[in-house]
Amino acid sequence: MPYILIAPIVTLFTVFYIYPIFYSILLSFQTRVRGEYVFAGFKNYVRMFQDPIFYKALGNSFLILVIQVPLMLTLATLLAVALNVSWLKFKGLFRIGYFTPVLTSLVAASVIFLLILNKDYGLLNYLLSLVGIGPIGWLSDGFWPLVTLIIVITWRWTGYNMVILLAGLQNIPHDLYEAASIDGAGRVKQFFHITLPLLKPVLLVTFIMSTIGSFQLFDEPYTLTSGGPNNRTLTLTLYLYQHGFSYFDFGYASALTYAIVVIVALLSLVQFKLAGDQD
Amino acid sequence: MRRKVPVLEQALLYLVLTAGLAATIVPFYWMVIGATNRTGDVFNIPPTFVPGTHLFENLSNLNQSILIFKSLYNSLFIAVVYSLIGLLLCAMSGYAFAKFRFRAKNIIFTTLILAMMIPYQATIIPLFQMFVKMDMLNTYWAVILPQLVYVFPIFLMTQNMRAVPDSLLEAARIDSAGEFYIFFRIVLPTMKPALAAVTIFLFNHQWNNFMWPLIVMNTKDMYTLPVALSTLAGQNSIDYGQAMLGTTISVLPVIAVFLFMQKHFVSGILSGAVKG
Repeated sequence: MPYILIAPIVTLFTVFYIYPIFYSILLSFQTRVRGEYVFAGFKNYVRMFQDPIFYKALGNSFLILVIQVPLMLTLATLLAVALNVSWLKFKGLFRIGYFTPVLTSLVAASVIFLLILNKDYGLLNYLLSLVGIGPIGWLSDGFWPLVTLIIVITWRWTGYNMVILLAGLQNIPHDLYEAASIDGAGRVKQFFHITLPLLKPVLLVTFIMSTIGSFQLFDEPYTLTSGGPNNRTLTLTLYLYQHGFSYFDFGYASALTYAIVVIVALLSLVQFKLAGDQD
Repeated sequence: MRRKVPVLEQALLYLVLTAGLAATIVPFYWMVIGATNRTGDVFNIPPTFVPGTHLFENLSNLNQSILIFKSLYNSLFIAVVYSLIGLLLCAMSGYAFAKFRFRAKNIIFTTLILAMMIPYQATIIPLFQMFVKMDMLNTYWAVILPQLVYVFPIFLMTQNMRAVPDSLLEAARIDSAGEFYIFFRIVLPTMKPALAAVTIFLFNHQWNNFMWPLIVMNTKDMYTLPVALSTLAGQNSIDYGQAMLGTTISVLPVIAVFLFMQKHFVSGILSGAVKG
């Protein structure tokens, strides 16, 4: 009986997951010569390590990781703590409100921001012009496209992380705070000495999920800027897509794939380790 | 015992939270403004801040440029069929892993865990070649089939299935109930909240799925909503009336699910964050 139950998923899994994973390893060692894929040794990998655009994409992911992830998680933590305050009214309303961006797809979120961030006619530049700033080329000038990407991702995911952190906060025993108050610890002190340490496991999970996410970014840069201008918003997954499905260079694209695989697999391993330690 | 919170502090917190809420909600409001006005009206300086009357004009333009109704149908069909099949597969394998002892169990389970660490990007190029060879590009099944292999909800189901008491299953077997009867009539009905959460998780996953449909769907009439929307965004001069209306249409079904099944929705969406 158990074999009947798992037969369909095992079959699908083998055909649509295991086989492609191994086949793409093979492909990453091949190159196309007159329409035929032939063995090429480490050629694709050597090319990758010498490819400035690869480093550019990798660098962008790191920039997003270093700026966006801490920014978002700080916001999400502060929001979660604020919405957990006992005397606060309209809690439900606030929680739902902050959660709503999760209802949009990443493409939809990007399209909405294309309108808001339009350089000449966008809402944001209009509002900024009222206080004498602007106009900013959110999608075209200098480092702004990367800022745009960070804004859109932060808008889309802060509420999501907030709800996870709220669940974590609610597991912290209330007595701890009461004991701390009696001992005369102020709320700032309580936050740093009770809330943060006890929230650490949940924070780590959200941190690793977001980190993995920043190496897999695709929908937003594709829709907002197509990686441009000048590869300023190019991500690894977008670069792999370009090589695979614009230039149909499956060999090199597969090598790029494995750069992502190694990074993500290592991060997942850390996550698993952490999850295991919690038990 | 509890000390009174100063009014000023209360006011400050409400102020900050309301401002943040406004910043979160404004993009939705602006989406509706865009969807109901002509692009020219939104692009006035100062722009219009009230919903307009050009909804149907935008709708008919939109249907000409991206076949919005067909895309909506494609997205709905794919997401619904996908989540139903996916749900059945997850429930079946979760039940097997949680309630049966069999020889290959550990090997299969470990393989699944390992596979979970490998991102989907590793599969797309061979999968693409595979669907080219099978002559199945530009079909619903090309989008649905590979995505059915999703380890996370399987773990979720396994976790939940452990809660089914063995005594219940034994009692049913003593009454000589068939295995399929037990699964469909006894096990599944006790799993309703978990099934709802997994269904929403799968639906949302497929509804928002972008990269893979972008790769395998190559004619307008087969595009899913995110792919269709991205073609609008890719044009040199975007018609924002159309783009915002398309976006609104793509968000509405999710909002509906959210409103009617809020609790399941949140647990379904967040289940990705809970360890397996």
